[in-house]
Amino acid sequence: MTNVTDIPTEVRQVRTSAPTNEPGLTNARTADPGHLIRKPRRRRGTRIAATMAPYLQAAPIALVFLIFFVLPLAATVIVSFWQYTQYSIEPALTVQNYGDVFYGCFDQLPGLCTTFRTYLSTLKFGIVVWATTLVIGFTVAYFLAFHVRTLKVQVICFVLCTIPFWTSIVIRMISWIPLLGRNGLVNQALMAMGVTDTPLEGLLYSDFAVILALTHLYTLFMVVPIFNSLMRIDPALIEASHDAGATGAQTLRHVILPLARPGILIGSIFVVTVVVGDFMTIGIMGGQQIASVGKVIQTQMQFLQFPLAAANAVILLATVLAGVWALLKLVDIRREL
Amino acid sequence: MTERRTRSFYLLAGFFGLFVLFLYGPMISVLVLSFQGPQGGLVFPMNGFSTHWFERLWAGGGQVDISGAFKRSFGLALVVMILTVAISVLAGLAFRKQFRGATLLLYVAIASLIVPSIVVSLGIALEFRLIDDAIKAIGANAGINWIEQDFVSAVGPFTSGLGAHLTWTLPFGLLIMFAVFNRFDPAYEEAARDLGANPWQTFRHVTLPMIAPFLIGVAVFGFTLSWDELARSSQVMGADNTLPMQLAAKTTTVTDPEIYALGTATTGGSIVLVLVTFTLIGLMQRRRLRN
Repeated sequence: MTNVTDIPTEVRQVRTSAPTNEPGLTNARTADPGHLIRKPRRRRGTRIAATMAPYLQAAPIALVFLIFFVLPLAATVIVSFWQYTQYSIEPALTVQNYGDVFYGCFDQLPGLCTTFRTYLSTLKFGIVVWATTLVIGFTVAYFLAFHVRTLKVQVICFVLCTIPFWTSIVIRMISWIPLLGRNGLVNQALMAMGVTDTPLEGLLYSDFAVILALTHLYTLFMVVPIFNSLMRIDPALIEASHDAGATGAQTLRHVILPLARPGILIGSIFVVTVVVGDFMTIGIMGGQQIASVGKVIQTQMQFLQFPLAAANAVILLATVLAGVWALLKLVDIRREL
Repeated sequence: MTERRTRSFYLLAGFFGLFVLFLYGPMISVLVLSFQGPQGGLVFPMNGFSTHWFERLWAGGGQVDISGAFKRSFGLALVVMILTVAISVLAGLAFRKQFRGATLLLYVAIASLIVPSIVVSLGIALEFRLIDDAIKAIGANAGINWIEQDFVSAVGPFTSGLGAHLTWTLPFGLLIMFAVFNRFDPAYEEAARDLGANPWQTFRHVTLPMIAPFLIGVAVFGFTLSWDELARSSQVMGADNTLPMQLAAKTTTVTDPEIYALGTATTGGSIVLVLVTFTLIGLMQRRRLRN
């Protein structure tokens, strides 16, 4: 923040009284040799304008988030306590919707009710895809950061990786059909090699297909932040580790991994939250047969069971935010950019 | 660094090669299959070679009718792009100074990125449902004719849909602006002020030209994020579908390679867009170096 009080009084007077009077300003300058040492940081605009500027500049983004993010979330929480009929939703204060979401869940423990099974299935995708994107993403980022020597080649590699992302997300999903389908390339190859006589059915529209597609879609979001963290590591540290007699694995474990933690965390947060909230990829790649929390919410919306969908959304949101909050405690995103 | 290539280099380079193949493989198969002959199907082998499916896509009336959705998505992406750039730059400028609520605003922006899209979409849909009810109630009570007669819903691509897309593009725009201004040397602006420029002149003639290449990046980012957005759009577009929604709906019903032709066409379009962008950035930087 520019501190107007730093500026010598004469200069300030000139500025406020005659804002367009350039000669006056010059006179004030020459008349005040101290000015040359203490630079005035701002020539025009009053103290109030300077204080107000950031608020005005931040107002549009704050307004968008208020109207399209904060209020909708508030509406979701409120409506989750409302009642509904087949045609309308009505204000109320009932926990009926939450009761419906977990209907029978606690009676039949240790057996799993539909809701718990859906959440477990969604979490399973979250964890598996997190693991695959992390391993692949870290390896790729490591290669790009430490083995590619010039910035130019690094940029070329990154552009190479981003080109497929210019295709529509839906196209990228259905592009697995010619490979994984019943008569797809993989099955043709397997049968030609004599591995199987009949085509494998479980390649497309299965858990495997969902995990493959999600990994395909989101690995790059792991690569970029990890690469960013790795590039900040001082090579002297790695050299020092080698000089001190550490093996490559020890250097990786005790020097590189701890220093890459912020990037790993940012990438992980992004991938896990996207996957846990996903319903399109799981829907399309699962052949609309695999349950996910997002799919449940979408279906309830279609049947106009808004309060029930809202209750589900609140539970999903709480689950996601609890995990992310714990991770965010560990890293300051603003400093990492 | 002039050390010899080690064995681990070749292992990792091989891994990177496989990763690139993994990224491109499906895309290439779609590219090739979009040139299927008229009798060809959704999978290999190729049954002749033709531009039949492109022609049918172009003529319309095939299984994939997308012209309305295409125009809608394009218009929406343009508006989202312009708003994203303008709002992100302003917010980026604001965050260079201190103001009350800055930390809260940052956390809200990040939250907007990581709250599951279906939750955001549902929330906006609920909010607009409540708004609709309120408008109708006001119309009925005050006897306002056009509300009672014609008003159906405030939901639409350029109201709720636009807002939903902005909650997705703005956090990225803001984070990019952080990265830009973290590396920005304020000495240039101080020099401009010392030479008598007012804040607007400083911004217009010093700050803006310096950050312009990154703004093109923000613009492309905003456009493509909106163009490709699916999850947040799902509940907030009302009766109209965007292109990705239309495509997602088609995945279960389309049985011929026309959809691959569409995939190839849109990919080609975005590659052209990105090439134009890079050329623009290159030209701007060269011009700046010359001055």
